Amino acid sequence: MKRGAGRIPLVIVAAVLLLLSLIIINLVLGSVHIPFREVRSILLTGNSSNIIYENIILKTRFPQTLVALGAGMALGVAGLLMQTLFRNPLAGPSVLGISSGSSLGVAMVMLFTGNILGFTFSSLGAWGDFAVVISSFLGAGIVLILILIISHRIGGSLSVLIIGVMIGYLSSSLVSMLKFYSPEEDVHNYVIWGLGNFSRLAPARAKGFALITVSFSLLSVLLSKSLNLMALGDRYAANLGLRIRRARFYIIVCAGFLTALVTSFCGPIIFIGVAVPHLAKLLIRTSNHIYLVLNAALIGGVTSLLCNLIARLPGMEQELPVNSVTAFIGAPVVIWVIWKRRHENRLE
Amino acid sequence: MKEEILYIEALNIGYGKGKRSLVVHRDLTATLYRGELVCLLGENGTGKSTLIRTICGFQPALGGDASMNENNLFQLSEKELALLASVVLTDRVIIPNATVEELVGLGRSPYTGALGVLNDEDRQIVASSMEKCKIQHKRKERLSSLSDGEKQKAFIAKALAQDTPLIILDEPTAFLDLPARVEIIQLLRNIVSTLERSVLMSTHDLDLALQMADRLWLLAPGQDLLEGSPEDLLLHNKFQGIFQSRGIEFDNRTGLFRVGYSYSSYLTVQGHGFEYVLLRRAFARKGIRIIHDTQEGRCLLRIEGKKEKPFRFYLDGNLVFSEASIEKTVDLSLKYLESDD
Repeated sequence: MKRGAGRIPLVIVAAVLLLLSLIIINLVLGSVHIPFREVRSILLTGNSSNIIYENIILKTRFPQTLVALGAGMALGVAGLLMQTLFRNPLAGPSVLGISSGSSLGVAMVMLFTGNILGFTFSSLGAWGDFAVVISSFLGAGIVLILILIISHRIGGSLSVLIIGVMIGYLSSSLVSMLKFYSPEEDVHNYVIWGLGNFSRLAPARAKGFALITVSFSLLSVLLSKSLNLMALGDRYAANLGLRIRRARFYIIVCAGFLTALVTSFCGPIIFIGVAVPHLAKLLIRTSNHIYLVLNAALIGGVTSLLCNLIARLPGMEQELPVNSVTAFIGAPVVIWVIWKRRHENRLE
Repeated sequence: MKEEILYIEALNIGYGKGKRSLVVHRDLTATLYRGELVCLLGENGTGKSTLIRTICGFQPALGGDASMNENNLFQLSEKELALLASVVLTDRVIIPNATVEELVGLGRSPYTGALGVLNDEDRQIVASSMEKCKIQHKRKERLSSLSDGEKQKAFIAKALAQDTPLIILDEPTAFLDLPARVEIIQLLRNIVSTLERSVLMSTHDLDLALQMADRLWLLAPGQDLLEGSPEDLLLHNKFQGIFQSRGIEFDNRTGLFRVGYSYSSYLTVQGHGFEYVLLRRAFARKGIRIIHDTQEGRCLLRIEGKKEKPFRFYLDGNLVFSEASIEKTVDLSLKYLESDD
């Protein structure tokens, strides 16, 4: 394998090319095959010889692709931020309990309101979707603020990590209580929500979602100096002039916001946030977060688009839930990576 | 007049605050000057690391004053402190994929911009820091593939790249084998002598500290911090007091600790030189005191250095055995001494 400075631009360029081709493949492939020429003319000129193609692309595949791209980038970057902040290879976007907070918010609305007011939540239709997003974002936001207050009061990052994980357990236990007392239909809906979905957003909202997630993911590059120092440990970082609490605040806000956004609109997407940073580090082989953040964003987009593609492979009647695919594809990849590196006798 | 780099006065160190605070050590006063290597010595639990962490600003002092380059240490911001003191700690650092060069480059962080990108001058300082620490040849290697000694050199290079008047090290020689310990201390000695930096390091390597340090800070529970050159401290028998509480004898002439043996028997030995010293030590372990040159008892061990088997044992004036190995000599002698009793 190529080493040294020449490797980094090579990996970045390859990742960008891979990302672009996966975007195209996501638009072309599906239960109905749409030729690339048609896809291009629909996206560029907005019309096509075939109205069915136009509908499929503009109303389904294009928004779905955008959402998958944005969600993948956001989770990849959020996971990297958490792994570096906590210096823990098992950390991911979920360790701060933010996605659990999201889930709790959604469970409150889906299970609790229905229970109290005496109707099933699914009967609400579009208003229900809106309520889900709002409640999810509120749940995530409350946990995020809680974590930030704790992190400001507490010196060590490890304590913040443990408290974050505990808050996650707390929300999960509340959710299971709610589930226990709820009608079957609502519980079923809640379970479906928890499996993750890239296709809940209408075209206009999908564009907005992608714009915010992609730009925030890339803006995280601005945190790279803090991240590089944080990787050394709190004391070394402080000695090199970093204001630990402030840096930690920004990193948690950034990762928390990205996670909250994705969870609110797509449900709790598992695995991408833990696996992508490892793949990104393995490929680019540097400790400089300018490149790591960039690569985690790119590889996150690639992984998520690949999963989206597999979830609706041609020839299948129904789309698979996103979470079943992410772990099914991702876990073997990570196992293979570690197996391949077993002779190096270290896990980084 | 020597330039003061660090000055602590009536410093109380410890943990917590208010009523629940735990003072580890109080009333510490000492000075560190430019171009000095100072070793901080003391048993475990006397507060060496706590003192180091307090001076580095990692934990607040519980009272007293400290100044660095005539600035009040406790009013300096992280950024200002980063320009005055760099550290090498015992904290375990695992940075995925980090190379030596990248680590040393982080030492330039106080000088780089928002993204931490190194300019040409930074890169030059990084290169020369690695060179001075003799780790240049490993600059592209990953930290995880280095030996403990090399890793320590890389961290010292990082501290050097930070370009501060004071470098503080917390037990930099712990976990290293003897050659690596000597190398690290020589490296620090070199930095102090050629680059006009000051070094404060805590260590348990008393013998190396006595040879290499300009001054020592001695820390013992419940006593004032003693400071002075190794020679003055030896002259005034200061080490004895520091370590006496634990029943260890300190030999002022050699600067080494002596283990107290209990003797049950004795043996006359004629001879001198290195063989004699080694023989005395081997017998002492077995509880036999060696008496030099006097004729007492029936047994006599004579060292005849020029012979092929220099250790010759006589019983009542007759040669019983001769040996080349001290181990066998001791074993055989023991047998005769026992039968003699």
